[in-house]
Amino acid sequence: MVSDVEPSAVARLLHSIGAEDRGRLLAALAGRFHDLDLAEDVLQEAMVRALETWTLRGVPKNPQAWLMTTARNRALDIIRSDAAKARHLAGLRIESELSRGDHSDHSDRLGEELSTADIGDERLSLFFTCSHPTLHERERIALILRFLAGLSTAEVAAAFLVDTTTMQQRIVRAKRRITTTGIPFGTPTPEQLHERLPGVLRVVYLIFTQGFTPTSGASHNRTDLQEEAIALTRLLVGLLPTKTEARGLLSLLLLTRARAPARTDADGAPVPLTEQDRSLWDSRLIAEGLGLALTAAGETEAGPYTVQAAIAALHAEAATYSETDWEQILVLYSILSRMEPSPVVALNRAVAIGKAKGPKAGLSALEELATDPRLSGYRPFHIARAITLSESQMPDHAEAAFREALDCPGNDAESEYIEDQIRDLLS
Amino acid sequence: MKYALLLMGHPGDAECGADEGPDPRAFMAFDQEINEAGIVVGGFALEGPETAVRVSTTTAGAMVTSGPFAESGEFVGGSYVIEVADVDEAIAWAKKSPGAALGHIEIRPIADY
Repeated sequence: MVSDVEPSAVARLLHSIGAEDRGRLLAALAGRFHDLDLAEDVLQEAMVRALETWTLRGVPKNPQAWLMTTARNRALDIIRSDAAKARHLAGLRIESELSRGDHSDHSDRLGEELSTADIGDERLSLFFTCSHPTLHERERIALILRFLAGLSTAEVAAAFLVDTTTMQQRIVRAKRRITTTGIPFGTPTPEQLHERLPGVLRVVYLIFTQGFTPTSGASHNRTDLQEEAIALTRLLVGLLPTKTEARGLLSLLLLTRARAPARTDADGAPVPLTEQDRSLWDSRLIAEGLGLALTAAGETEAGPYTVQAAIAALHAEAATYSETDWEQILVLYSILSRMEPSPVVALNRAVAIGKAKGPKAGLSALEELATDPRLSGYRPFHIARAITLSESQMPDHAEAAFREALDCPGNDAESEYIEDQIRDLLS
Repeated sequence: MKYALLLMGHPGDAECGADEGPDPRAFMAFDQEINEAGIVVGGFALEGPETAVRVSTTTAGAMVTSGPFAESGEFVGGSYVIEVADVDEAIAWAKKSPGAALGHIEIRPIADY
């Protein structure tokens, strides 16, 4: 946000505060005034004033606290001059602060009396506000990226391949919805935490999977949503160290991320797990993911993310594809399908049956799913059938299944892979 | 903040008090609980949708028609206007209402003009 000023010591300091502490300052202000717009505006103003004041009089002892106090006082001034805001905020017990007179004259002394620890970490509250169930899913995703990952509106827009104006409107509407609907700011109760944490984790998971879809064009300019999702999950794990599922999600994301370099070849074509070069997997991410999965899987609060992390861990632990512990993976998919019944989980379970008990058992498990309309148009279902039919020495049926897969929606790289498979079958 | 909890029903639903219908005692108990909480600032209960009368005026004159209106997918059966801190509290009250199990409750913030 200060990238367009002359690089001076103050500007550099402000830039690093902007990167490191902006989320925390913003969350504290939003928590205080229950107004994201106001929080953004006054923090921005405080940064601008800091550049002037610090350049003139030197950097205060505690720059973050100076910014916080300056921003807070500016917010109080704005509220005092705005009857509608004052009425909206009447319940927040800030009347006593409002009547304390003008704060703006002694801003050079600000920050002396307040330490960073006093600012408090309201980011967990902001996570829950921004992923409130009354917001639309894509609003939640945009708000979390904007206010907790600290991306600019233009960066969020680029990540979702929409223009900045569209994303700006989406964020404005979402902020308005927070105010009009009366979505609360503030620390969630233990019950709310229990009930809504899955929703918060889901937003982060969706951000990760959005980053998963390969898109053509200037991908090197695209915000790395997988990295952002991992950073957000790390933040959540730090805020909620006892929550099993937060650590389970972090493990799942790390283990999935670790395999990314092997998932596509030099031309961007998908490489199936059977043929991936496992030496390309990121061993550092795998080590961290395995450690997290091992601990989380033994805890009583283990849920769908932890189980998926355990499955990913079993894949990661196998030195070669043939060493994969399919019996154990089948057990975990059975647990997952009870926790979270879905057609895709059922499909993965059927594939695991085939690997653990042979193609015949796998085929009959897959045929049981064939009547599910949510799978009959789903490409991976027909690919799984085709591969299992091929393993069962039924090449004609396998070819037909591959052709059904081609009729389902999917990207070009996948289509080429399927066409290659058909050619292999026929030769 | 003030919210209206709109108790919504469908024309096909069993009527309150009928054999298959909702137990009026559940509604009475909820009514007592929400009133004792001291948050109710308004509200109403309505007669059935078959008693509705529609009035619309056009350049040709006024049209008055009587219900029930088959094209209405759902109707408002009654409402509480409550004053609570935030939407989470409004949701908590809506969940307690027997109306949420029979039809559904629509929560609408009261506009502050």
